[in-house]
Amino acid sequence: MRFVDEYRDSEMASRLAESIRRRASRPWTLMEVCGGQTHTIVKSGLQDLLPPEVALVHGPGCPVCVTPLELIDKAIAIASQRDTIFCSFGDMLRVPGSSRSLLDAKAEGADVRIVYSPLDALRAARLKPSREVVFFAVGFETTAPANAMAVWQAEREGLRNFSILVAHVLVPPAMEAILSSENCRINAFLAAGHVCTVMGYEEYEPLSRRWHVPIVVTGFEPLDLLEGIDMAVAQLESGRAEVENQYSRAVRRDGNRPAQERIAEVFEVSPRKWRGIGEIPASGLRLRDRYRAFDADLRFATGIGEVNEPSECISGLVLQGLRKPFECSAFGTRCTPERPLGAPMVSSEGACAAYYHYRKAER
Amino acid sequence: MCLAVPGKIVSVIEEEALGLRRGRIDFGGVVKEACLAYTPEASVGDYVLVHVGFALAVIDEAEAQKIFDTLREMEQLEELNLADDSLLPPADIGRT
Repeated sequence: MRFVDEYRDSEMASRLAESIRRRASRPWTLMEVCGGQTHTIVKSGLQDLLPPEVALVHGPGCPVCVTPLELIDKAIAIASQRDTIFCSFGDMLRVPGSSRSLLDAKAEGADVRIVYSPLDALRAARLKPSREVVFFAVGFETTAPANAMAVWQAEREGLRNFSILVAHVLVPPAMEAILSSENCRINAFLAAGHVCTVMGYEEYEPLSRRWHVPIVVTGFEPLDLLEGIDMAVAQLESGRAEVENQYSRAVRRDGNRPAQERIAEVFEVSPRKWRGIGEIPASGLRLRDRYRAFDADLRFATGIGEVNEPSECISGLVLQGLRKPFECSAFGTRCTPERPLGAPMVSSEGACAAYYHYRKAER
Repeated sequence: MCLAVPGKIVSVIEEEALGLRRGRIDFGGVVKEACLAYTPEASVGDYVLVHVGFALAVIDEAEAQKIFDTLREMEQLEELNLADDSLLPPADIGRT
C-alpha cells in the first residue's frame, strides 16, 4: 500500500482505509472543500488508499486561487503608488494579474512586504504615519476574524493611514453554487475544518438538508481525512445526509462566538466574484459603512474594471471539481509554478500546484 | 491559507490602554506573539490553535502534540518564519 508507512499511525490508516473499502458498494464522489486538505491528499497519496468506488475531487477552497484578476491588478496598481506600503500574505505575491504579479511590482521598486498577520501591517501604519499602509485582506472565514480585528483596532487607534483591500470569500455559498451546477457530481462534502473553528457548522445544516448531501467537518491530517471520508461514505451507504463533525478537537457546533461577533461588527455579506467561477451571490464580505474609510478600493482610484481570464486556463473547472489538473492542455508545459497561467498553479494549496509537485511522475 | 498551528501559551499580556489581550506562544521551539482576544478563556499552559497571529480555539495538549508531528512532516511550521520580519521590529501585537 503506497505511502501508508509514512503515515504517523499507519495501523490506524490501514484500519480506516479497510473500513472505507468494506463500506463502499457503489461509486461515490466526495469533494474536499479546503485547499489545505487537497495538499494533504495529493502529497500523501491518499487517493491510492481508497477503493476504486470512492473518488475525491478538489474544491474551490484556496482563497488565493479564487481572488479575481481585477483585484490583483488593483493590488498591483495600489502597491505601485508612491508613499504606499503594500502588505500581503506571501502566497499572493506570485499570483499573476493580467500582466504581472505583486512580486514583479516589488522588483520594479514598489514597497511590497510579506507579513504573517494583518496586525503586522497595522504596526507598519503606526510606525510610518506619513505612508499609506494597505493590507491585502484575502481569505475565507478562518482569516476574517484577524482582518476584522485589524480594522476595528485601526479605528480605535485613529490610524488614518491604514486600509485594507478586501477579497474575502465565504465557503457555504460556494458549496451551494457547486451543488446548483447542472454538471455537479458531488455526493458528499468534507467541509473545511478551520473555517468551522470560526463559524461552527450550524450554517451547513440547511445546505445538507436541502440538497440531501452529507457534510463532514474534517481536519487536515491524512488520518483526519481518512476518517472524514469513512464517515461520509457511511452516511451515503445508509442513505443519510447529515452534518457530522470529524474535527471535534478544534470545532464546536457554534464555533468561536467572539470572533463571529467581531466579523459581523466590521464586515457585511456581499456578492463576490470568484476567479474562474464568476459572481456568486452573498459569497463574500465587504466593510460595513461605518468602516468604509478603511476600504482601500475606495481610497485609491485605480480605474481598473472587470478583467478577463487567459482563455487557456481551465482553473474555473478545476476549482469546481469538474476537471483534474492533468486534463488541462497547458498543465506542466505552458503553465508551471514558475510561470503560472492561473492561480491554482501558484498557491501551494492550489490543486494544480499540488499535482505538479507530487504527482508529476504519474502523468 | 487556512493553516492554523497549535502552540503553548508561555505568558499572557493582559489588555492595557488600547492594546489587545495577547500571549507569547511556543510553537514547538519557535516563540511568537499572538492575539488572545478571541480566546478569553485561554491562560498560561493552555494550547491554542493560531491562524495569522490570532488564537482561534483552545485545544487539548495531546492533540496539539500530534498536530505538531504532522506539521513537521509537512514542513509547514516554516510558514511561521516566512514573513519579512527584517522589515519590521519584533512582534508587538496591539499597542506597546
